[in-house]
Amino acid sequence: MQAAHAHAPGHAEGHAHHPSGLMRWITTTNHKDIGTLYLVFALSMFFVGGVLAMGIRAELFQPGLQFWRPEFFNELTTMHGLIMVFGAIMPAFVGFANWQIPLMIGAPDMAFARLNNWSFWLLPVAATLLVASFFVPGGAPAAGWTIYAPLSTQMGPGMDLGIFALHIMGASSIMGSINIITTVLNMRAPGMTLMKMPLFVWTWLITAYLLIAVMPVLAGAITMVLTDRHFGTNFFNAAGGGDPVMFQHIFWFFGHPEVYIMILPAFGIVSQVIPAFARKPLFGYASMVYATSSIAILSFIVWAHHMFTTGMPAAGQLFFMYATMLIAVPTGVKVFNWIATMWKGSMTFETPMLYAVGFIFVFTMGGFTGLVCAITPIDIQIQDTYYIVAHFHYVLVAGSLFAIFAGTYFWLPKWTGHMYDETLGKWHFWLSMIFFNVTFFPMHFLGLAGMPRRIPDYALQFTDFNMLASIGGFGFGLSQLIFLWVVIKCVKGGAKAPQRPWEGADTLEWTLPSPPPYHSFETPPVVK
Amino acid sequence: MISKGIKCLVAGAALAPALASADRYNLQTPQTIIAHEIYDLHTLILAICGVIFVVVFGAMFYAIFRHRKSVGHKAAQFHENTTVEIVWTIVPFLILIGMAYPATKTVIAMKDASSPDLTIKATGYQWKWGYDYLQEGISFYSSLATPRDQLDGKAPRGVNYLLEVDNPVVVPVGKKVRLITTANDVIHAWWVPAFGVKQDAIPGFVRDTWFKVDKAGTYRGQCAELCGKEHGYMPIVVEAVEPEKYAAWVADQKKKMAAQADDPSKTWTPDELKARGEKVYAANCQVCHQATGMGQPPAFPALSGSKLATGPKDDHIGIVLNGKPGTAMAAFKQLSDTEIAAVVTYERNSWNNKTGDMVSPADVKKLRK
Repeated sequence: MQAAHAHAPGHAEGHAHHPSGLMRWITTTNHKDIGTLYLVFALSMFFVGGVLAMGIRAELFQPGLQFWRPEFFNELTTMHGLIMVFGAIMPAFVGFANWQIPLMIGAPDMAFARLNNWSFWLLPVAATLLVASFFVPGGAPAAGWTIYAPLSTQMGPGMDLGIFALHIMGASSIMGSINIITTVLNMRAPGMTLMKMPLFVWTWLITAYLLIAVMPVLAGAITMVLTDRHFGTNFFNAAGGGDPVMFQHIFWFFGHPEVYIMILPAFGIVSQVIPAFARKPLFGYASMVYATSSIAILSFIVWAHHMFTTGMPAAGQLFFMYATMLIAVPTGVKVFNWIATMWKGSMTFETPMLYAVGFIFVFTMGGFTGLVCAITPIDIQIQDTYYIVAHFHYVLVAGSLFAIFAGTYFWLPKWTGHMYDETLGKWHFWLSMIFFNVTFFPMHFLGLAGMPRRIPDYALQFTDFNMLASIGGFGFGLSQLIFLWVVIKCVKGGAKAPQRPWEGADTLEWTLPSPPPYHSFETPPVVK
Repeated sequence: MISKGIKCLVAGAALAPALASADRYNLQTPQTIIAHEIYDLHTLILAICGVIFVVVFGAMFYAIFRHRKSVGHKAAQFHENTTVEIVWTIVPFLILIGMAYPATKTVIAMKDASSPDLTIKATGYQWKWGYDYLQEGISFYSSLATPRDQLDGKAPRGVNYLLEVDNPVVVPVGKKVRLITTANDVIHAWWVPAFGVKQDAIPGFVRDTWFKVDKAGTYRGQCAELCGKEHGYMPIVVEAVEPEKYAAWVADQKKKMAAQADDPSKTWTPDELKARGEKVYAANCQVCHQATGMGQPPAFPALSGSKLATGPKDDHIGIVLNGKPGTAMAAFKQLSDTEIAAVVTYERNSWNNKTGDMVSPADVKKLRK
């Protein structure tokens, strides 16, 4: 995958013909600018969602109602979920895609540059609608991020704002995906066959197909909620012949692929970082591609494992249990491949590598609890408890978020032209890692012992673990300020980053200077 | 034996100072055959995962300490090995089959709600449970019994804080109880951890599950499906008693119900109706509309001085009966004509509302669809 000839920079490119100031960002069609916009947006929403999480942990520090009314507590949990999923994690990965895909496949930009601008600028609009819902009568959506009907049909106008926001974010995701698929399939440098693409590009290609397949399904579900709410339809109203469980089927047909949408690009990032710091090629490249594809295909036939307590026939429960358990096979293959890549390498542990190894370790624990949840009888016991909260934070925070951190530290020198502060980066990793586990590990015990999720107040026997989780939660939240500081510091200055700051990194972006010129790969590199 | 080993392992690793019981770190002590099977399945899966964890991360941490640049390790350049890759695809698959086999047996056992000794219907309401003993003809509501002062921290919290109800479900030990669930407004879930039973209660649909309690005692659970603002406040308490005690309880309940039943032909005075209405209000309306009638706007509007509660009677009755779609106002059809007449009368003549109206049970009957 090494470029045949290093691309000479600063000749035809580097002339930045673009407006300056605010108009640069509003009118930009440059993949690097748009990537930056996505990442800044995601980071802002990460802090908004984080503040909501602090609100949740403050209330749960001890039994009783200290800070919020129960209905506001429900708004906090719902909005924390929606903002983190649709505002932070997903846009962050799209930001990575925008910056990295053209650089990694040797393309000059994304295929549809104006569409790219539009798909980003929809997001602040949607986020504004979503956050504005806190200020309308009745408050923000409070039916959980899954907005199950018929509870969601009871809510005030905040729910309508939430639905519109999701529609807009869905449209943005679909446009982004079309762009990514077209770019990857048509704009690769000569010689870069599909099976020579960096794994990050592969995982995003597959993710983009998942997005196109399922975002319209979500749009359908929430549109039906909207018409049930305002136009007298009865899709989910049993009194009118509708079926409340149908909402869950449709939602989770979207929702399960959605969780892989949030983890496959993370797998991609980790698959770039591990070989770079092990100074050794990725083990089992082809099986990584097949494993990713298998996970994507399986994600369409496991949705009802979120619904074991709705009362399915035994045959249904067994089918979804077996299908869900199967996912452990390709996921296991990926973990084994990463470890085999590390095996007999020559590893160093800069912050990106710390996060990648941390990812493997903690994400895999989330994988084990996922297997526990797949077993129908156990799931029936722990469904809707804190065990589930622990499980999905292990895969979404220690999984997706840690991979985002790994990717950020990995590519920040390339993006900004400066090295980040390694000491602060390491502090950020170790504090995040410790506080993450202090927050979420006790939640396994809470769930097993019988504490339901989404409650503002709890029985006394759950007090000490909740206190521990709250302390961890605040520690984790505050640790993220270090990340903010590292990023700002790196953007503003620091040691000059070389073209290839990581010894083992061998993809095309490292053949460009740091930062790359505004227009890169105008003449495509040749890949042998 | 494995189960004990894991328990110790988990408890030991947690390093908590006050180890009250193993229940703190694991599933609650099982009280039914299904809960036992779930407990053992969980222990088995955890043990298998534990072994895999040690092997996989043993290898990873070995590599981290030995194959690093700082100890002078030179990178090998291998990047595939078909044999190894096939092995680590097949072996996990076989392990999964080993897990799926006992799980399948439990799934089938859980689904077998046939030939019950008694059948109880649990109906989820926002925010309490209603129970109907179908053969015995007993019906009652079961609401949170923890006083408000304890929630607000004005009174010391009792040992069963948030897990206590006014009317517990009573079942005989050693008898197979079939539980039918449904709901009145939104989806709830009936969950008693010690029984290994969690079943969604879905409006318009009926689902069933079953349990047979081994040992007399009081078992506590909670609603497990987010059902609105008081979701955390609709606990479930089941008292399992010896069959003789159960029979006595049934007889006692029947007497109580007969005593409580309103005589449909009774002629009510406005004051009697208002006094009855106050009780109905406290049990059904107060949590949202508040004792002061001021509600919690905007989600839960004030009744005091509202147009509805001072306007035409029929509209007022209609909204109590049928609810208001698209809002949190649920239908209260399950209340009797007398109860609805009483509560509407109460609302129209309390706080700032001074209509002087009296609504009779016959007015309500007329409006029922």
